[in-house]
Amino acid sequence: MGILSKKDAALIKDPLFDNNPITIQVLGICSALAITAELKASIVMALSVLFVLGVGNVVISLMRNIIPSKIRIIVQLIVVASLVIIVDLVLKAFAYELSKTLSVFVGLIITNCIIMGRFEAFALGNGPWKSFLDGVGNALGYGVILVIVGFFRELLGSGTLLGFKVLGDPIEKTGLYAIGYENNGFMLLSPMALIVVGIIIWVQRSKNKTLIEEA
Amino acid sequence: MEYIELFFKSIFIDNMVFATFLGMCSYLAISKKVSTSVGMGAAVIFVLTVTVPLNWLLDQYILQEGALAWLGPEFAEYDLSFLSFIMFIATIATMVQLVEIIVEKFSPALYNSLGIFLPLIAVNCAILGGSLFMQSREIPSFGLAVTYGVGSGIGWFLAILAIAAIREKIRYSAVPPALRGLGITFIITGLMAIGFMSFGGMLTGGDEEKKDTKPEVEAKLELDKKKKEESAKIIAANNTINE
Repeated sequence: MGILSKKDAALIKDPLFDNNPITIQVLGICSALAITAELKASIVMALSVLFVLGVGNVVISLMRNIIPSKIRIIVQLIVVASLVIIVDLVLKAFAYELSKTLSVFVGLIITNCIIMGRFEAFALGNGPWKSFLDGVGNALGYGVILVIVGFFRELLGSGTLLGFKVLGDPIEKTGLYAIGYENNGFMLLSPMALIVVGIIIWVQRSKNKTLIEEA
Repeated sequence: MEYIELFFKSIFIDNMVFATFLGMCSYLAISKKVSTSVGMGAAVIFVLTVTVPLNWLLDQYILQEGALAWLGPEFAEYDLSFLSFIMFIATIATMVQLVEIIVEKFSPALYNSLGIFLPLIAVNCAILGGSLFMQSREIPSFGLAVTYGVGSGIGWFLAILAIAAIREKIRYSAVPPALRGLGITFIITGLMAIGFMSFGGMLTGGDEEKKDTKPEVEAKLELDKKKKEESAKIIAANNTINE
């Protein structure tokens, strides 16, 4: 990383694993669970959050000295809401079908706790460049979990990835289905998202014992 | 009758936490103790009860397509619905600030224990989600909007109360170290959500509207099933022809 100093690189790297917004900071769970039945929706959601968080962090960081602390929440919400309206309109224009699948969850990016959490915890106290890196890092950490959950739910639930039938055709009994494999429709239902995230947390904490919570 | 129906539907069938996963962040973070979770739950009920009807009025008289007709015929063509995110969230943020001031004044203990999460109630997805679902489900009257707000608030309260009670008890169980805390809470919530899915049968039985409000996933499952049946028919037809 030539252009990034060690500290700056850590801003991007930390949230990806050891300080992941979803599994460690417990932020932004709602959308992570509701839209991950398909990989494509997960990716679009991750990109939208990347845009909103990256740009929003910079904007808030630039304004941090002129926002009165009493009304900072409203100011932050207005900034996010404007960015989300942009995302929503772009999605409606270029990917209408997808924006129907995501339904209210695009709007709910506004209340995605990751965004407010990062504004409060980082952008209000740091310069624009660092805030940008922090925003990108956290959005990527969020995206990683989203993509992992989406991957497993779509693969096990409908036997497809991004719509491609990777496990063969369930109707014509090709591929894995020829030897009696069945899709687990249960994976498509929302409760399974919770359990998949629970398992991700389990794996992550077994690997890195320092993250284990005290009872 | 429709009030009671919507009320129970918003508590159990469309439960904020278990059916739509809204407000998960504060749900997971505040549910370590029953006492704080009761405070948080009460705050959510209150804020939802106020904001959903308020936003309903906003939606009906300002934002919807043609909603400005009461100003005069020349305004009838305006469609401001793209502004709804920003209008809803502004209403909510104002209300939350109000609640914060009231709680700080009358119950400093609760204020201290809720800590950072009281301002975060503004970004509690359950609150904005309540307003957005109110809009997308086209709730027809003011009374129903109030019912919907109260109902979903109570549903959220119920969920956080249940998980807090379970988490207090689970401390005495031998949970694998890596699952302790957050991990096991996720899995328990998943199991509870599966349990809550069984309420889905409560309002069916000749209920035609039920079909429209079905979660997309279920609808998709059904579509897949239909496709399967159709292709099975085609294959069967082909077979008979071949024979």
